[in-house]
Amino acid sequence: MIRFEHVCRRYPPNIAALTDLSFNVEAGELVLVCGHSGAGKSTLLKLIAAIERPSSGAVLVNGQNVGALKRAGIAVLRRNLGLVFQDQKLLFDRNAFDNVMLPLAIAGYPPKEAGKRVRAALDKVGLAAREKALPVALSGGEQQRLAIARAVVGRPAILLADEPTAHLDQATAGDVAKIFRDFHQVGVAVLIASCDDTAFSNFVPRRLVLDHGKLQ
Amino acid sequence: MSAWLAQHGRALLWALRRLTVAPLSTLLSLLAISVALALPAGGQLLLRNGLQIAKSGAATPELSLFMSVDADRKAVDAIAQRLKHQEALKEFRLVSRGETLARFQARPGFAEVISALPGNPFPDAFVAVPRDDLSAAALEKLRAEFSHWPKVEQVQLDSAWARRLDALLHLGRIGVALLALMLGLGLVAITFTTIRLQVLTQLSEIEVSRLLGATDAFIGRPFYYFGTLQGLAGGAGAWLIVAAVAMAMRAPLEELAGLYEGGATLQSLTAIDVAILLGFATALGWLGTALSLGRHLRD
Repeated sequence: MIRFEHVCRRYPPNIAALTDLSFNVEAGELVLVCGHSGAGKSTLLKLIAAIERPSSGAVLVNGQNVGALKRAGIAVLRRNLGLVFQDQKLLFDRNAFDNVMLPLAIAGYPPKEAGKRVRAALDKVGLAAREKALPVALSGGEQQRLAIARAVVGRPAILLADEPTAHLDQATAGDVAKIFRDFHQVGVAVLIASCDDTAFSNFVPRRLVLDHGKLQ
Repeated sequence: MSAWLAQHGRALLWALRRLTVAPLSTLLSLLAISVALALPAGGQLLLRNGLQIAKSGAATPELSLFMSVDADRKAVDAIAQRLKHQEALKEFRLVSRGETLARFQARPGFAEVISALPGNPFPDAFVAVPRDDLSAAALEKLRAEFSHWPKVEQVQLDSAWARRLDALLHLGRIGVALLALMLGLGLVAITFTTIRLQVLTQLSEIEVSRLLGATDAFIGRPFYYFGTLQGLAGGAGAWLIVAAVAMAMRAPLEELAGLYEGGATLQSLTAIDVAILLGFATALGWLGTALSLGRHLRD
């Protein structure tokens, strides 16, 4: 499903963020990408979503080399991924319902079906009662769950989450982690990048440990 | 289909919301566009009314065909027949030599001079009125054609007046076209800047949408609606301005037309004029948006 072949990513002037990375992630697998801050975890996820391109090597998603995709191809790729960003990237002038609706509007879902899916996704993350709330009125944990609802509303086969439990207390982080476990259990491939693996340690079957951009 | 309609509906609603979110700045932009479009539209209307007044006045071009003095009744009738079949003429009338003689005899001072002459010195003549749409060149061509007809001694055309009018109209049309071009570019520039500001205020939404897989078409659609709606509203504003000015000038222009002994009334913008004005404004709004998005969305 996801394949890294000798992937390197360098930033100018010549700073290596990732060096010669090769691994596979199969369909339905749950993988925790861990390592200290600056190890290259976020870069790895960005390469999968074609937010960045590899300096060398190839990143393949469903057999497609994402580094070679054009703008339209990148849009199609991203519509088939669920992305949870480190800074959540919620739209603060839209309520919870509209935030979760955005990926479906982009994908061109009919409004009626989209509405049902949005409510189902909000229900899944325990925010069904807060659909009218603006993100600013939500707690940190609720905002994170809202970001997860937006990522999964399109029912993607791959879910990528960058530091989804950062800045959350232990209990809230545990709740968020359970949501990822639930999606994994219904067959979604989940890649979580996190420097703190406490919340995930009980149920993560596979870890990729990065150190200064290299796989340990 | 419903998804496609929903996407366009969302984009249209967004555009309408953005137009009303800052009413004063929207109003000022629309005013600038309306005035920019009203100038060439008003110029065009002025030209058309000027032409109407000029053509309705006493200075309507006429062709005078003077027969030779020895032309008999048969020759005069033959010319009358030819003129009857001329499609370039609106009307014509015969001024007989007897009629002319009688008119001059009635004028004080002329009677004695004319009675001293051995016979009637005046020829039969035709006064022909050409169609309004004939250019100065066409009138000249007509004059040349008539002068070759048998027993036609001389053909007079008030071509200097017609040429002058033609040149003035030509100049006016070029002026209006240049004005439309320059102010049209101004409208494109206004839309370009407005869309740039809209893009800047929506940067976070654009960024998130891109990350979630939005295409350029999806991101650009609301801005296209915004730009074209702004252009359309500006066009409608220009229409109102021109209509208001026309209403205010109706009485003085009709008075002017009266001085030229014409019965001209002020023409306002026709439905076709309004459709062209609105279409032009909308197209320019779309163009400004396309240029702005091409420049700023890529960034």
